[in-house]
Amino acid sequence: MSLISVRGVEVAINRTTILQDVSMDIEPGEIVTIVGPNGSGKSTLLRVLIGALPPTRGSVTRTPGLRLGYVPQKLAIDATLPLTARRFLDLPHRVDTPAAHKALVVAGVPDVADRQMSDLSGGQFQRVLLARAILSRPQLLILDEATQGLDQPGAARFYQQIEAVRRNLNCAVLMVSHELHVVMAASDRVICLNGHICCEGTPEVVSAAPAYRELFGTGTGGALALYRHDHDHAHDHGHNHDQHHHHATAD
Amino acid sequence: MLDDFLIRAAFAAIGTALAASVLGCFVVWRRMAYFGDATAHAAILGVAIALALDISVFAGVAFVAIIVALLIHRLSDRAQGTDTILGVLAHGALAFGLVAVTLIPGARINLDAYLFGDVLTVSRGNIVVIWLGAAIVLTTLWWHWSALLTATLSADLATASGIDPRRENLILTLLMAAVVAVAIKVVGALLITALLVIPAASARHGAHTPEAMAVTAMAVGVLSALAGLTLAVRLDTPAGPSIVCAAVVIYALATIGGKLRTIGSYSP
Repeated sequence: MSLISVRGVEVAINRTTILQDVSMDIEPGEIVTIVGPNGSGKSTLLRVLIGALPPTRGSVTRTPGLRLGYVPQKLAIDATLPLTARRFLDLPHRVDTPAAHKALVVAGVPDVADRQMSDLSGGQFQRVLLARAILSRPQLLILDEATQGLDQPGAARFYQQIEAVRRNLNCAVLMVSHELHVVMAASDRVICLNGHICCEGTPEVVSAAPAYRELFGTGTGGALALYRHDHDHAHDHGHNHDQHHHHATAD
Repeated sequence: MLDDFLIRAAFAAIGTALAASVLGCFVVWRRMAYFGDATAHAAILGVAIALALDISVFAGVAFVAIIVALLIHRLSDRAQGTDTILGVLAHGALAFGLVAVTLIPGARINLDAYLFGDVLTVSRGNIVVIWLGAAIVLTTLWWHWSALLTATLSADLATASGIDPRRENLILTLLMAAVVAVAIKVVGALLITALLVIPAASARHGAHTPEAMAVTAMAVGVLSALAGLTLAVRLDTPAGPSIVCAAVVIYALATIGGKLRTIGSYSP
């Protein structure tokens, strides 16, 4: 049974349609990456998945008792709120100190327990968020643009950490990103989003799809080169598919 | 012993300070100070209703504060223009309250007592109500502490952990109304927000965890209450404003102390 099953979801905020006709499933243990340009509705889709935003139309079904580990894109902690990394790990449920330490080690920040969250670097902060997320032993780990603000080697290390976490917990991972060349290498499945699902499949299939190329164009030559492979029929199919969507959005 | 008006005043002020200081931490963390103002100012309307219907002032204030708090809670969902709406509600409720109080036939009432508090005249019954209210506020905060903190950090983070952030916001909203009802007799409608914000702000310096900040805020609140009352008796000044003055002085000292420590830690 899928951990989360999304069927025909549409989200409109203030009469602006942000997502339409989105259907997807997340299976236990798989790594899924959602890619899409800014404003394509990636974060909105995540908020629908975690239950923070009810869809205007369609349904979201979660496995009963699903444990989610959520690593938000950013967390603005008010300067008036004193919070050590250790205390942060206790939210919302207290954890014992050995467990907290282990989570910090797994996330790659063993020495920050007593530091204030506001004093951490961007990379350390993201890793503490990751440590908190894995403490609930999630069946599904959700990361929203988790490597924003990290340099490329930092991002690569962060993703290695996530793969280690996945092996460790045997959980599914859902990531949102626009850093295709780093993310896609680790993904079982890529969903290309731009208000609707443009194309979907293994990294190789998606990077070859015209809908994907149209969205990400020439700027991601590295990613295209990395994953390009022979896929003759996909062009025609993808092209038609794409035109269909243009009609849909014009309606 | 409780016959002594000073002891009664001290009990009332301490009970109020304890509840207000801890709730005040959330007011500071979530930047709800203006929200507190709106709820507190509406209390005057509650006083008018209580006098008109000849019911307990606590009940009238609590009733109107809850209505206004719920109204703000609903409106603030729409995100846009919350500031403006709060401004209209806060001063609208205050103005209507002030007008309504003077329209009530018969009893000439001392409006100052409700605007600035009148802690030196609290009765034993008042003290029971104040401590009951304070106990409810503190127990609820204790019970919901983790959920409230998580929702304060991020609504989405809370949702993903199975906490309904809207429910936690609603709880804070209702607690705010309770604190307003408890505090009106002690510091009055105009200075309730001060009792919420200043002890919490003073406690920020040097606190490493939210819990440490809350406990320090309670200490600052109680100290302000006792120092303010002493000041009021010695100098024959109004008690409510004197308590707030004491809190501001503590805040100033804490801020200067914090700055000095920061400077000290940089030098070799």
